[in-house]
Amino acid sequence: MGNKTPLFQCHVDAGAKIVDFGGWDMPLHYGSQLEEHHVVRNSAGAFDVSHMTVVDVGGADAKIFLQALLANDVARLKEEGKALYSAMLNDEGGVVDDLITYYLGPDRYRVVVNASTRDKDLAWINAQASAFNVEVEERSNLAMIAVQGPTARELAADILDPAWREAALALRPFFGLEAGDWFIARTGYTGEDGWEIMLPSEEAAEFWENCSRAGIQPIGLGARDTLRLEAGMNLYGSDMDESVSPLEAGMGWTIAWEPEDRKFVGRKALETMRENSQRQKFAGLLLEGKGVLRDHMRVVVEGRADGEITSGGFSPTLQRSVAMARLPAGDYDSAKVDVRGRLLDVRVVKLPFVRNGKTKIEL
Amino acid sequence: MSELPGDLKFTKEHEWLRQEEDGTVTIGITDHAQSALGDLVYVELPEVGQEVEAGGEMAVVESVKAASDVYAPIAGEVVAVNEELAEDPEKINGDAYGDGWIVRMRPSNDDAETLTPDEYQEFLDELEE
Repeated sequence: MGNKTPLFQCHVDAGAKIVDFGGWDMPLHYGSQLEEHHVVRNSAGAFDVSHMTVVDVGGADAKIFLQALLANDVARLKEEGKALYSAMLNDEGGVVDDLITYYLGPDRYRVVVNASTRDKDLAWINAQASAFNVEVEERSNLAMIAVQGPTARELAADILDPAWREAALALRPFFGLEAGDWFIARTGYTGEDGWEIMLPSEEAAEFWENCSRAGIQPIGLGARDTLRLEAGMNLYGSDMDESVSPLEAGMGWTIAWEPEDRKFVGRKALETMRENSQRQKFAGLLLEGKGVLRDHMRVVVEGRADGEITSGGFSPTLQRSVAMARLPAGDYDSAKVDVRGRLLDVRVVKLPFVRNGKTKIEL
Repeated sequence: MSELPGDLKFTKEHEWLRQEEDGTVTIGITDHAQSALGDLVYVELPEVGQEVEAGGEMAVVESVKAASDVYAPIAGEVVAVNEELAEDPEKINGDAYGDGWIVRMRPSNDDAETLTPDEYQEFLDELEE
């Protein structure tokens, strides 16, 4: 018996298969996770992501605090509503969590972190904040619903409060909008266009039902995972954790090295790692034949050390198995994976596999 | 979960067996098993003509979630496999006791430790506790 979001009963009523996810009772699927995956790539699906943690950071030192806390630089958020994706590191340069930060306005930011790392993250953020003039407030009264897919914004716009419809549709990618008590952001975890909508818990069930009625189908965690895997998006706990640096998890692009004098937690350790040309790299694997690549399977690269799959699974859009893996340094485009005792051929490819419904790699 | 078909026998490994008129036995996995696995994406079938031992690995079903071995509930020779599962493994999810059949065997002996529908249902009920 875990935590329940405000939409739990909706899921049960819709016949969802409920499973535990980081202490939360969440819908794995509502019948077929493969079908739900295709719905998001082809039309529109709604995800209950209310279990995620929303933290508002405000006060005179909000900006400099976040500049010290995060590997990416919030100074890049020059327009209201602009967001960025970042790692939050420990002193050893390991990833405490990955998150999105939105600039709401002068001295106000919103940080969305993972559900499973809530307690750890809040403790960490609060500890780091003690030296700054900031207020850190968890917004536990907010539920979150993500509508994703090529027709998601269009369909969701029709069921939004008319006062916000136009502004919401005008949002550029990676921008958010404060809409009364709601917050609408053009972000997501599927590789498709869409919004993540934060709204007061007591209004969530009604909006969720309206989504279904508008043709935005409920989608479970199972499809969420196959969608993000295809989109080459990291999953904290699988692709990286506190013992892994962003440089080894394909997150190098999220580190703002300039300005050189911006001290952020983990910078020193990262600078040392950056010098190591032999450090592991992160890439995608495509299994050409039948079978399924799974987490932790060993990757064999000729003439080099073994690698390991960090996230493996089946790609419903590509109709074959794909994975993300930590691999030995070097320039090579093939490898083998130990799949239940057999060494199967895989292609080593640059992520992502799929974005905006289009296959990004050559099949 | 739907009612268990009365003409089948079951095993604790969640397989079902159907005695055919010509002496062969058709085998598949139960509705409980397919539901636990989730959407299936691949099925590895044995070769026709292959001899299998009771308890030996006979097939593999792979879902998005996990790979699961299907063991031969009886010893015998594989006389037919459901080729359609190569293209459409989801037949097992949709119709575990019908279109989702996996293998047909000619048993080499009469030994078979199987459960009646009632016994299997009791076994399932105990698992839920």
